[in-house]
Amino acid sequence: MTQKLDYLKESPSQTAGPYVHIGLAPGAAGFDIYRQELGWDIAGPNAKGERIRVEGIVIDGTGSPIKDVLLEAWQANSEGVYAHPEHPGEVEEGFRGWGRVITDFATGEWGFDTVKPGAVMGRNGHMMAPHINLWIVARGINVGLNTRIYFDDETEANASDPVLNIIEWERRRATLIAKRTERDGEIVYRFDVKMQGEDETVFFDI
Amino acid sequence: MSTPGEFYQRDRLWHPPAFAKDYKTSVTRSPQYALISLQNSASEITGPTFGHRDIDPIDNDLISNYAKAGESPIGERIIVHGRVLDENGRPVPNTLVEVWQANAGGRYRHKKDTYLAPIDPNFGGCGRTLTDENGYYYFRTVKPGAYPWRNWVNDWRPAHIHVSVFGSGFAQRLITQMYFEGDPLIDTCPIVNTIPDKAAIGQLIAALDRNATIPLDTIAYKFDIVLRGRRSTLFENRLEGN
Repeated sequence: MTQKLDYLKESPSQTAGPYVHIGLAPGAAGFDIYRQELGWDIAGPNAKGERIRVEGIVIDGTGSPIKDVLLEAWQANSEGVYAHPEHPGEVEEGFRGWGRVITDFATGEWGFDTVKPGAVMGRNGHMMAPHINLWIVARGINVGLNTRIYFDDETEANASDPVLNIIEWERRRATLIAKRTERDGEIVYRFDVKMQGEDETVFFDI
Repeated sequence: MSTPGEFYQRDRLWHPPAFAKDYKTSVTRSPQYALISLQNSASEITGPTFGHRDIDPIDNDLISNYAKAGESPIGERIIVHGRVLDENGRPVPNTLVEVWQANAGGRYRHKKDTYLAPIDPNFGGCGRTLTDENGYYYFRTVKPGAYPWRNWVNDWRPAHIHVSVFGSGFAQRLITQMYFEGDPLIDTCPIVNTIPDKAAIGQLIAALDRNATIPLDTIAYKFDIVLRGRRSTLFENRLEGN
């Protein structure tokens, strides 16, 4: 008989359900309870770099917008540093790098204001192109989905990004590239997520 | 001593699959293509951190955090407590745990919930706390009621509390649901049964904890949460900066 390995199993995931807002965004559920809700300010007022807005919708397999999604963003600052004790470097006072947004109940639109992240060193000394990590939960999603937002004005960095390059179907890489536009002097990147079917967004097992 | 490195791979056969036809909403909300596997980089190993400036001490007490002065919600008074551990059995300290639930009658305080059971004027239904240095957390609340939902026409969710946990890296991010020992609705719930393995389901069922119960006051349930473990980097090329 072999020796027993003393590892625990991860708690299995369950859907966040349709009322996820009660716990994670109670104001949107319709009541005011906490002194401050978390996740509404990713970069803070002191962050250096280009101020941008990222927005989009999440579309289901029938082509309809999903209106009860919660998304969380995790990103580095404009110098490519994460606000985490294990990542070398410093971030600006008030820079969290983490944000949480929900889709509008009527339209399904979501969006957050932040700064454009810098490139981050990846594995084995390969530089990763600027990107924002995105985690998506909702009713009907049993395990949160991970994807990445890249930027269409970073053509050169995207071409050598080690993560984009492991996606063997080049056409699918395009689903991760947000499109830059300008609106009333503001830089806006559009990033629609397609859950299922034609042009399905690439999701990662991270 | 070696540097803590990437997370153990998630066991996707232990977790529910994306497509689980009896949970009907998953049919159009599940990707059809396979997930692309990534080895962890700094983007996955790091994650947000939270501190006591972010939350208030009352936030973990659902019996008082939305009640009018001198009043309290109607329902079975319970304590939910436990530890957040990783797969190596090590505590996960200072991590944010958030919970939300229906009231004792199975009604959520949410503008989209139209179930005819009434709102409790003294119950909000959400709480949050940070684990201590030993990974320990606790909440006080009322036991939520079962409620009906439009899946099969006579489907009822077992009593449950939704739980969200962060861990130390973005790859550990987890949302799950806690169920209560002995609830006969657990076996027939299509959401519970998205999880293929009975042993995995058992990991989400909190045990009645008589030792933590406060006599003549509040009954207790114990619910430990396990997040992904991390391995030491051993012989691999280390991440830049580690």
